[in-house]
Amino acid sequence: MAHATTKSAAGAHGGGHGAGHAGGHHEEHHDQESLKTFGFWLFLITDVILFGTLFATFVVLRLNTDGGPTGAELIELNGIIASTFILLTSSFTSGVAVLEMNKGNKRGLILWLAITALLGAAFIYLEVTEFIHLVHEGATIGTSAYWSAFFTLVGTHGLHVSVGLVWMVALMLQLSRRGITPVTTRKVNIISLYWHFLDVVWIFVFTIVYLMGVM
Amino acid sequence: MDKHNTQARDGHGSHGGSLKSYVIGFLFSIVLTIIPLVVVMNDLLSKTATIAVILVMAVLQFLVQLLFFMHIRDEEKPRFNLMALIFGLVILVTIVAGSIWIMTYNAVAT
Repeated sequence: MAHATTKSAAGAHGGGHGAGHAGGHHEEHHDQESLKTFGFWLFLITDVILFGTLFATFVVLRLNTDGGPTGAELIELNGIIASTFILLTSSFTSGVAVLEMNKGNKRGLILWLAITALLGAAFIYLEVTEFIHLVHEGATIGTSAYWSAFFTLVGTHGLHVSVGLVWMVALMLQLSRRGITPVTTRKVNIISLYWHFLDVVWIFVFTIVYLMGVM
Repeated sequence: MDKHNTQARDGHGSHGGSLKSYVIGFLFSIVLTIIPLVVVMNDLLSKTATIAVILVMAVLQFLVQLLFFMHIRDEEKPRFNLMALIFGLVILVTIVAGSIWIMTYNAVAT
């Protein structure tokens, strides 16, 4: 497969666009990077399946509250709406970071990554606050099948966002040291893929857990 | 034109997309979030219709992220990323729909 990709990349070169600044070695390097990006897509697919099983579990157990509190009773939609718009905005700002990178603007890139990370941190803060509120109201992960499924699904997403934050901070440090290289470019591209992906997962959490939960 | 794009992307190892397409995608995603909120909070529709509307909005939101932010259309010819994604979605739908189908008659009475 790597061979085929090399061939097609070489073909595009032969297509005769003037600004050929990539030698043979360089070409191979880019090829490695695009292969790594593909590897990241495969990771995202496994994450799709992971969240799929958690969503399936939640949907199946949505009525099994064991006589305890239900989601409709305890969920406060206002905070959830706020965190939804925060995450949507951070998905956009991570895209702006990629645009700054494509322009070769290292400072802009780090700035927009920092804004994205701050929005992500705000999202996590709201989520932790919500979980504390729920536990105070008597809904813990052990209260009923509904709450087990709820905390596992929402918590797994929150964990993904938290991991993304650590990753993003590490990447900002690396960018400030190494600048925009083919390797850091690939890393920024995949972290922005990851971030958009988490936004998509959240939209489904928002729709299925929260909006349907309060209906 | 197509070749030119491929070239530019290969040359810099980056994805396509302009600020304009990001802004359009962002506006779409805001609108697609507000519509289900309005429908649910004001009880505009029957329960079944509401569920249908908000699920459709979520799927559209997914497509917006995929097209405007994740640049799935910009991928070059052997579209392995897209194929992997479609494969993942097939498994996803199988797991979710299959679970719901199997467990429907096991649900607690309401």
